[in-house]
Amino acid sequence: MVFEYAPAPESRSIVDIKPSYGLFIGGEFVDGGGTSFKTVNPATEEVLAEVAEADSDDVDRAVKAARKAYDKVWSKLSGAERAKYLYRIARIIQERSRELAVLESIDNGKPIKESRDVDVPLVAAHFFYYAGWADKLAYAGFGTTPLGVAGQVIPWNFPLLMLAWKIAPALACGNTVVLKPAETTPLTALLFAEICQQADLPPGVVNIVTGAGATGQALVEHEGIDKVAFTGSTDVGKAIARAVAGTEKRVTLELGGKAANIVFDDAPIDQAVEGIVNGIFFNQGHVCCAGSRLLVQENVADEVLARLKRRMATLRVGDPLDKNTDVGAINSAAQLARIRELSEIGAAEGAEAWSAPCDLPTQGYWFAPTVFTGVTQAHRIAREEIFGPVLSVLTFRTPAEAVEKANNTPYGLSAGVWTEKGSRILKIADKLRAGVVWANTFNKFDPTSPFGGYKESGYGREGGRHGLEAYLR
Amino acid sequence: MTATSPTRAADLDGVVSDVTRSDATLRRFLHGLPGVDQVGAEARAAGLGTRSIKTTAKAFALDLAIRMVDLTTLEGQDTPGKVRALAAKAMRPDPADPTCPSTAAVCVYPDMVADVKQVLGDSGVHIAAVATAFPSGRAAMDIKLADTRDAVEAGADEIDMVIDRGAFLAGRYLQVFEEIAAVRAACGDAHLKVIFETGELQTYDNVRRASWLAMLAGAHFIKTSTGKVQPAATLPVTLVMLEAVRDFRETTGQMVGVKPAGGIRTAKDAIKYLVVVNEVAGSDWLDPDWFRFGASTLLNDLLMQRTKMTTGRYSGPDYFTLD
Repeated sequence: MVFEYAPAPESRSIVDIKPSYGLFIGGEFVDGGGTSFKTVNPATEEVLAEVAEADSDDVDRAVKAARKAYDKVWSKLSGAERAKYLYRIARIIQERSRELAVLESIDNGKPIKESRDVDVPLVAAHFFYYAGWADKLAYAGFGTTPLGVAGQVIPWNFPLLMLAWKIAPALACGNTVVLKPAETTPLTALLFAEICQQADLPPGVVNIVTGAGATGQALVEHEGIDKVAFTGSTDVGKAIARAVAGTEKRVTLELGGKAANIVFDDAPIDQAVEGIVNGIFFNQGHVCCAGSRLLVQENVADEVLARLKRRMATLRVGDPLDKNTDVGAINSAAQLARIRELSEIGAAEGAEAWSAPCDLPTQGYWFAPTVFTGVTQAHRIAREEIFGPVLSVLTFRTPAEAVEKANNTPYGLSAGVWTEKGSRILKIADKLRAGVVWANTFNKFDPTSPFGGYKESGYGREGGRHGLEAYLR
Repeated sequence: MTATSPTRAADLDGVVSDVTRSDATLRRFLHGLPGVDQVGAEARAAGLGTRSIKTTAKAFALDLAIRMVDLTTLEGQDTPGKVRALAAKAMRPDPADPTCPSTAAVCVYPDMVADVKQVLGDSGVHIAAVATAFPSGRAAMDIKLADTRDAVEAGADEIDMVIDRGAFLAGRYLQVFEEIAAVRAACGDAHLKVIFETGELQTYDNVRRASWLAMLAGAHFIKTSTGKVQPAATLPVTLVMLEAVRDFRETTGQMVGVKPAGGIRTAKDAIKYLVVVNEVAGSDWLDPDWFRFGASTLLNDLLMQRTKMTTGRYSGPDYFTLD
């Protein structure tokens, strides 16, 4: 008997998308000097809105507004007073959570169940968490003096969550910010700007400048900022590191990854399969810490792969606003092209591809969940970040080999260990050169837990007490 | 009820005789099954619980759930009048709507079977009887077997036995295996459901081991609970059992049913279970032959939701029978 789930679309009526958006500078929405650009719904290619592009003059205005707010207001407030604003923002985010979730799914393509159950609750949790630190900085161990104005550039994969990771600790520590959201996903950041107005946040404490790479470059190179915080690709991260070299600016970078998800033969297999799926297909694999390399012990590889494929066949790919969708749309045509290119390289290099049988919509940007078997460390798909729903499967024989292969990458953002043996978890986790190691789970986030990379995955930590260090002296 | 492919059945006999040679071999087999991570299993069940089942899918699920109900009364105060009323309800759950399907079975104590049978006749609604010193299972083997035979002779189509949880928790797996096998033999043509009382076994590892133990011993169905111990059925426990029957079929070719019982009171809950059946075991289990709900109050909520689907209005509890 076939149990077909009827469409269960979340209503769009709660969001009010304006035809055009300006920049948020000094507490007001203003026109941008650059050429405005369109943001589209990646699930349908429908144009959602025209968004202003900030040119270098706009960036300059935003930095000056942030400096003025820092000098005149924000740095003079007590921690407890700053906390009041952050708590207020957190509560408004909760009150408007459905609106934020729907808008995030429309602009980004991620399934509503993820924006509703993961992204937005974590956004609120981050503001609550750092609100709690604002009057306790003396006990964190990193000093109590803010840096000044922070220039922050965030990616398109978790638009609102990355905003929260950047803005909440900066404001809690007494800094003011100029934030540039990604050009394909600016809408929730602009809605957040409205929330700042609603919370009566003093003008200039948060400024949002939209645009693409040139805007980001103007921001990080601006002489008036004291701190650069960037999440995005390793290439851009390197360019930023070069640009700020020799200046007084402090930098934190959270860059790419090619995480190993290691499954030992004594793992809880059914839950490991869930963890593999969550590791690589969560958010269409647009996750810097995605478990994109599955390292499975050779003696259970066939069983794990059979179970994985059976599970992948149940993934529901389609309309991001349908509450039963598990995998949504690829965020942009450019990203889809990149995923296709690397997948073709994988096949050309002799790895065997298998995709879950699913009907992909004809409009929009889509890629079926795919697993490559027969992959070795010599394959490009085992080395380069695909940033899509594509899993590379490698095998290993012994714990030592697993660690060696897991660490054999220029990246080091995250890793996963699956075993029922507690002592093995501790031993392996100790040897993995990755900022986050998950044991018998994957892609779990919490504001209390620091997050960041080794090697080319970046430096600095966000989240937890450690996340305060980047914004204090 | 049991779909057996002949080539695989021979393998099963081989597996059974190998692993049940001694307590030690059986223990090695059961403890060699992959572990269940509690956090992960509960997260998976909770995730499936967020599926949104609306309109046509909901109508389908409600009718299917009604057809899967083992309408149950297991009280000291049960009388012929009570169980006859329940049997009448099982046949015609919604007297106002002839399109409403019957439930799968009526589930009673063995001494009530004859009264139920008089009412059900050849309606197609099965009679299930609990046996083997239900609910504690604490009696001598010959008493448990006599209990089973009495119920079968009185006309029970299905026997819901309880395992000896004391023996299981003490590690005497072979004793539990032999009891199940002996009760299965005493069942004759009746189908055997094996109740674990998962609220007493407590860990998911135990639930997985008990599932394999019962399936190896010949259970037609594995069932969570008696309804007399809390917690009774839960979504993650049922998920672990559905994984076991799915894997058992893959290994042996033989299909075993699953019955969560106790604590499932709302249509919303029942639909969550059907989603888990659908996505974990697969659509082959979406049939009253392979999945049941042991419940009493659940039926009225299913009926109320069903009426709401057809009329667009909620009606009060007075519009549904109390039995």
